[in-house]
Amino acid sequence: MNNGARRKFHPVYLMLLVPYLAFFWVPFYNSIEPQLFGIPFFYWWQILWVVLTAACIVPVYLHQERR
Amino acid sequence: MSANSVTIGVFLALFVFVAILGLFGSRWRAGDLSQLHEWGLGGRSFGTLITWFLLGGDLYTAYTFIAVPALMFGAGAMGFFAVPYASLMYPVLFMAFPRLWSVAHKHGYITAADFVQGRFGHRGLSLAIAVTGMVAVLPYIALQLVGMQVVFAAIGMDYNIAVPLLGQVSVPLVVAFAVLAAFTYTSGLRGTALIAVVKDLLVYVTVLAAIIVIPAQLGGYSHIFAAMPVEKLTLPAAPDHSFGAGFSYVTLAAGSLLALFLYPHSVTGLLSSSSRHVIRRNAIVLPAYSVALALIALLGYMAVAAGVDKMPEYAAGFAAYSANFAVPALFLHMFPAWFAGFAFAAIAIGALMPASIMAIACGNLFTRNIYKGFIAPDCAPRTEAKMAKLVAFIAKLGALFFVLEIDTTYAIQLQLLGGIWICQTVPAVLLALYVRLNPWALLAGWAAGIGSGTWMVAELGFKGTTYPLHLFGWTIPCYAALSALVLNIAVAGVLHLLLKDKGGAQTDETAAADYV
Repeated sequence: MNNGARRKFHPVYLMLLVPYLAFFWVPFYNSIEPQLFGIPFFYWWQILWVVLTAACIVPVYLHQERR
Repeated sequence: MSANSVTIGVFLALFVFVAILGLFGSRWRAGDLSQLHEWGLGGRSFGTLITWFLLGGDLYTAYTFIAVPALMFGAGAMGFFAVPYASLMYPVLFMAFPRLWSVAHKHGYITAADFVQGRFGHRGLSLAIAVTGMVAVLPYIALQLVGMQVVFAAIGMDYNIAVPLLGQVSVPLVVAFAVLAAFTYTSGLRGTALIAVVKDLLVYVTVLAAIIVIPAQLGGYSHIFAAMPVEKLTLPAAPDHSFGAGFSYVTLAAGSLLALFLYPHSVTGLLSSSSRHVIRRNAIVLPAYSVALALIALLGYMAVAAGVDKMPEYAAGFAAYSANFAVPALFLHMFPAWFAGFAFAAIAIGALMPASIMAIACGNLFTRNIYKGFIAPDCAPRTEAKMAKLVAFIAKLGALFFVLEIDTTYAIQLQLLGGIWICQTVPAVLLALYVRLNPWALLAGWAAGIGSGTWMVAELGFKGTTYPLHLFGWTIPCYAALSALVLNIAVAGVLHLLLKDKGGAQTDETAAADYV
């Protein structure tokens, strides 16, 4: 962000990159095993990360609220 | 298809309820609807909850609910790219779009092209952004009507009458169109927001029922996945010297997520919120819809497991709508008649509501960035609102004509192209929230992106969007929106360095403090 008032970068913002790693590293989850309740890994891993993506935004939100 | 009176009765009751709700929407938090920001942005008044419903209804449209499972039904795992797409867009929404809200609020911007005009003071660039938005959103409206057509066919309401010059015209579709046009005209975004609440509740109930009732009847999720050919359950391994299907999967998600919030109807939904914090909070709570979307995607596999495509009673539907009939057939087969009516009402209303925002967004764009920008620069606010209502109506009429008279495959192809085109507005809108490049450089990049993206899709015969690039002996199958965007940014970046700022930073009416 190079918009005048430069703020010091806080490491909590790195949380926002975690979901991109989880979804973009396809070879890691492109398999049927291990299954969960009969659901192949490919599917439950990604459904899990829908929720975890939102969870990764929460600490950043709280950090911004504190400022 | 045989019509079931219970199904149709429940369906019609819900549809009429929603129509009345939409028409009375103008009285809800009444504002002066002769002002464009009141009609076309709901007075920028929506809080976290209403925005959640509105954006949820806006982004996860009926067409999504039919097309995503249809893709899974036909192609398998590749169709699941909608899930990373619908998740990874939220960190972007969280970081970038509160900035757009703030600057738009400060300067009274109603459209993305308004922002571009203010940021760059360059009418050519803002016109390019406005036209891209309008051209991308029109086939989207048409596809919502296609979604409704599928539903009408499924419940056996395919009544057609012959009209001179137009040929066979679907009566239910014309009625639905009239309802859509009426409430959009009288209530603007307020009516749409009210309908969004009902629509989303119907969708959640339907999804919940579908993921409990249908797997139980099919013998559990393990049976459902076992019914799919095993090679379709995961992405195929990459051949030698190719990045493989995994790369297509990732680029499809990445290109789509960058484009989504730049669609005019998304911008309209975002700017109608009452504060930047509403958008930040929604980035955390909106993924609930993505969970629903993932479960809806799996309906495609349930349709395979149930074998609906082999049942004679649905043969006509599959013949007319191919894989898009998978979910309607599944609902008809699995749900009791009354609940099928409920589920189909969810889909039809899920088409009506986003179609309304899309038309409003189209009206806003034309009025602000073409009519006011070029034809009548000093028109009165009252004229602005009138013009937007008129254009919203024409946009819908155009979409209706398209669906009735022209093969719907063109609407699908145009929508695929629309996604690629809208992605080319990333440097001038999304990146412009952080850095200001030379507007001429951005315009050249935009043209390069639109040109190369369209060329790649034309090379694919307008059937797909994943164009294989050949670099250094490797095959790289990449979503055309993303490879075109890379070219777009490269052209814009290089020209920016060559031109320095001959476009003039003094034409930037925004200041750094306006964004935070």
